[in-house]
Amino acid sequence: MPVTAVLILAAGTFAIRLAGPLLRDRVTLPEKVRELMSASATVLLFALVAVSALTNGKQFGGWALAIGVAVGGLAAWRKLPFVAVIVLAAVTTAGLRLAGVA
Amino acid sequence: MLLRDVAAVALGAAVTGASFGAISVGSGLPWWMPVLMSLLIFAGGSQFMAVGIVAAGGSPAAAVLAGLVLNARHLPFGLAIGDVLGKSPLARIVGSHLLIDESTAFAMSQKDPARARAAYWACGVALFFSWNTGVLIGALVGQAIGDPMTFGLDAAFPAALLALTLPALKDKSTRNAALTGGAIALATTPFLPAGVPVLLALAGLFVFKTKKEEPCPSPQS
Repeated sequence: MPVTAVLILAAGTFAIRLAGPLLRDRVTLPEKVRELMSASATVLLFALVAVSALTNGKQFGGWALAIGVAVGGLAAWRKLPFVAVIVLAAVTTAGLRLAGVA
Repeated sequence: MLLRDVAAVALGAAVTGASFGAISVGSGLPWWMPVLMSLLIFAGGSQFMAVGIVAAGGSPAAAVLAGLVLNARHLPFGLAIGDVLGKSPLARIVGSHLLIDESTAFAMSQKDPARARAAYWACGVALFFSWNTGVLIGALVGQAIGDPMTFGLDAAFPAALLALTLPALKDKSTRNAALTGGAIALATTPFLPAGVPVLLALAGLFVFKTKKEEPCPSPQS
């Protein structure tokens, strides 16, 4: 992660944030477009979850990782606190690896 | 009441920040990199995504592009609540940096404009400090953790993102688009550079249906 990449992402993000208040007086986004923007954020995040839970970037990432994330997802679905979700996922994966599951 | 809610959200942000710091350092970044990212970018989802893409061997360009696409949602946020920032250039510049999911949600939950403004700034400032403090602590502690695979920290990242995404997935149309996009990303991962499959997931939006048909926006506004 080069510093240049961080600076470009930071500058771009700030420009997006500033554009809203500045453009506010001039344009009205249709509700459809706003819904689509919010859905695209969810789609991107979920795709990243799928790829990082099930692959190592090229192929299947192993059962220990997949099951650990699934346990974390179950904990989140059962409305456990955020910390518990993270700890359960990590502990499950670590435990499975310790037990020899790849 | 408002301050208590803000405090709860800020505490959650601190914990998420700590895991971001630890995961980043665990993926091989120096301790100051997640700290710098958090101060300058201040958008958790895109930070997780950028680090995840680079950690998976993706190019920094793909990480920047994916992060910007992810942060594009801040544009309609600003259009929706831009007034609460204040009119002066300084208020707009500082306030824009604090434009995040949480501060937007807090501002929109208040009917009275003065209270909406107070809620926005209280949430934005509180989260800026708690998030960055959490990241710093996580990055410093994470350095001592060693190989993140042994401790299952590679499972913590997708689990954290999944927990953050889950509420939005309750909406059926969003869920269908996300599942389609996820399938596209998984299917293309073996053949494409890391980061690109996640962007291709946006094709899942073709199955997304907006809730209601919107009449053409009135021209006078």
